[in-house]
Amino acid sequence: MGTSGLAVRCRGLIKHYDGGKVVAVDGLDLDVAVGECFGLLGPNGAGKTTTVEILEGLLDPTGGEVEVLGMRFESDERALREKLGVSLQQTHLPDKLSVREVVHLFRSFFANGHSPDEVLRTVSLEEKQGAWVEKLSGGQKQRLAVACALVGDPELLFLDEPTTGLDPQSRLQLWDVVLGFKKRGRTVLLTTHYMDEAERLCDRVGIVDHGKMIALGTPRELISSLGGQEVIELAVTGGKLDESAVGKLSGVHGVRHVADGFALAAEPLHVALPAVLDHVRQAGLTLERLSTRHATLEDVFVAKTGRGLRD
Amino acid sequence: MTDQPTRSPLFELTLARVKLFFREPSAMFWTFGFPVILAVALGIAFRNRPPDAVHVAILAGPRAEQLRLALDAAEVRAQVEDESSARLDLRTGKVALVVLPGDPLTFRYDESRPESRLARMLVNDHLQRADGRKDPTRVSDERVTEVGARYIDFLIPGLLGMTLMSSSMWGIGFLIVEMRTKKLVKRLLATPMRRTDFLLSFVVMRAAFVLLEVPVLFGFGWLVFGVRVAGSFALVMLVSLLGALTFAGIGLLVASRAENTQTVGGLMNLVMMPMFVGSGVFFSARNFPDALQPVVRALPLTALNDALRAVVNEGAGVGAIAPQLVLLAGCGAVSFALALKVFRWR
Repeated sequence: MGTSGLAVRCRGLIKHYDGGKVVAVDGLDLDVAVGECFGLLGPNGAGKTTTVEILEGLLDPTGGEVEVLGMRFESDERALREKLGVSLQQTHLPDKLSVREVVHLFRSFFANGHSPDEVLRTVSLEEKQGAWVEKLSGGQKQRLAVACALVGDPELLFLDEPTTGLDPQSRLQLWDVVLGFKKRGRTVLLTTHYMDEAERLCDRVGIVDHGKMIALGTPRELISSLGGQEVIELAVTGGKLDESAVGKLSGVHGVRHVADGFALAAEPLHVALPAVLDHVRQAGLTLERLSTRHATLEDVFVAKTGRGLRD
Repeated sequence: MTDQPTRSPLFELTLARVKLFFREPSAMFWTFGFPVILAVALGIAFRNRPPDAVHVAILAGPRAEQLRLALDAAEVRAQVEDESSARLDLRTGKVALVVLPGDPLTFRYDESRPESRLARMLVNDHLQRADGRKDPTRVSDERVTEVGARYIDFLIPGLLGMTLMSSSMWGIGFLIVEMRTKKLVKRLLATPMRRTDFLLSFVVMRAAFVLLEVPVLFGFGWLVFGVRVAGSFALVMLVSLLGALTFAGIGLLVASRAENTQTVGGLMNLVMMPMFVGSGVFFSARNFPDALQPVVRALPLTALNDALRAVVNEGAGVGAIAPQLVLLAGCGAVSFALALKVFRWR
């Protein structure tokens, strides 16, 4: 491995479209260690797919350096592609080929890899191997796409929004496939806008917005950076909540507006909650709504950008 | 854990293409059914018929009925008419000639109409013989309908040329653009697949189908119309193969940049229309004026049709069709090389 056990290393990545009118990626740095599952998070249009397609060697960057598995696409394209597994955000595999025929076809491109049977077992499609692609459900098609990515026994697997639009059961099945791949010491780079997916699968995540990395770390680290692991959401009537006073209450680490009230970053909850309730009562306000929950990566994104992930 | 691939990527890609073709009923129809249906329709419409009888009018008068009986033979249909309807029928072409009884007998006709001149000869012959003329030279007729010179014999090689062109162009151009819009080209590019294997798989598929298309059309033409190949059938296959490869190259070139199927459809028609019209599929390209001949001769489909007709109808050998073969090979090679250069992979 080229640079100190890194599967992906990119520096100052830039991608412009339309002669510079559209900036899709704006100076992005990224290191992914071998054996790691890394998640790129961000809203639609943040530049996730552009970044991933540059790392897959399918788009040429406008600027910056890219090294994948210690190699570069300009000089080692074929050798590099032998070691990559790719599942694009959208691929329409041929409707009238069977599952087995599709996997056979992809297998033939790789010098070494798994047998089609093995891969179909891995993604639980053995029973569908004779079915034409057009007869598959959305979840089955997605698992077939992942099978095509796995059949060359890759060292690095790219998954671009692997579970978008899938039912819960299909998502769980795909998660198992990814976790199984990771367990064998292989590297995964995925994009998603599902926070639970990132928290469940990823060792580290990077949050991307407007083509820049705005936060990077383990899911736990990012959530801790909010100042509290818990979130108190409340709405009041009979007056206005004094935000700065609430922010100074013990156990409260941050205040922000949400649609019809406030969300407070809080920790520990058993200290923060009584203090908030006392404050509301003393200010002569009436609680209209109160709830608590664990903080998520969604809160991290909102705290960093002031917008929701799916806005 | 790992195994070696059993077959080459080019083989697998081609196999997938062939399977997809056979699983697509409309592709099957346009390649195999359509030319056969065209051959049937045109073969029936332009079948060889016995020559039409000549229609003549006899002006009503004293000897009119006698003349009519003398004339009404297999080749001549005569009817007695009054002056005004005889004039009208002559003018509108319903009759080719009007006979005016009297002495001398008068033939009224338009000399510029070939059938009128024919009618004059036939009518004159019949009347002179009826009046006792004896021909001094004895003659007999030997009638021939030569296989190889009928319209259907001319048509079948032209239909083959047209089919080879349109199946190659649509079968490759349309498919590639569809794969591009479905992001399948991009997905394949993310594997270690060789790009030339991808493009070659289409060419190989077309070559394989020629082995089916040619026997199907000629087998049909032989069974139904008795069409024979005067030259070597192997040479017909070889010329067809070269034609299919040429148009495969042109199809690749047409599809090399197009980003959606509407664009490629328009481009296909733009390229193929002049050849449908100008390359002598349904009628001889020699009918075009001399000034257009250099253009018509430069079209690859003209070369393919000429070469096929030379072998099928005239029994030509390789030497006689060498110029056409060179033109086809050149067009194909240049198109393929250009397509490889400008192809939009991403």
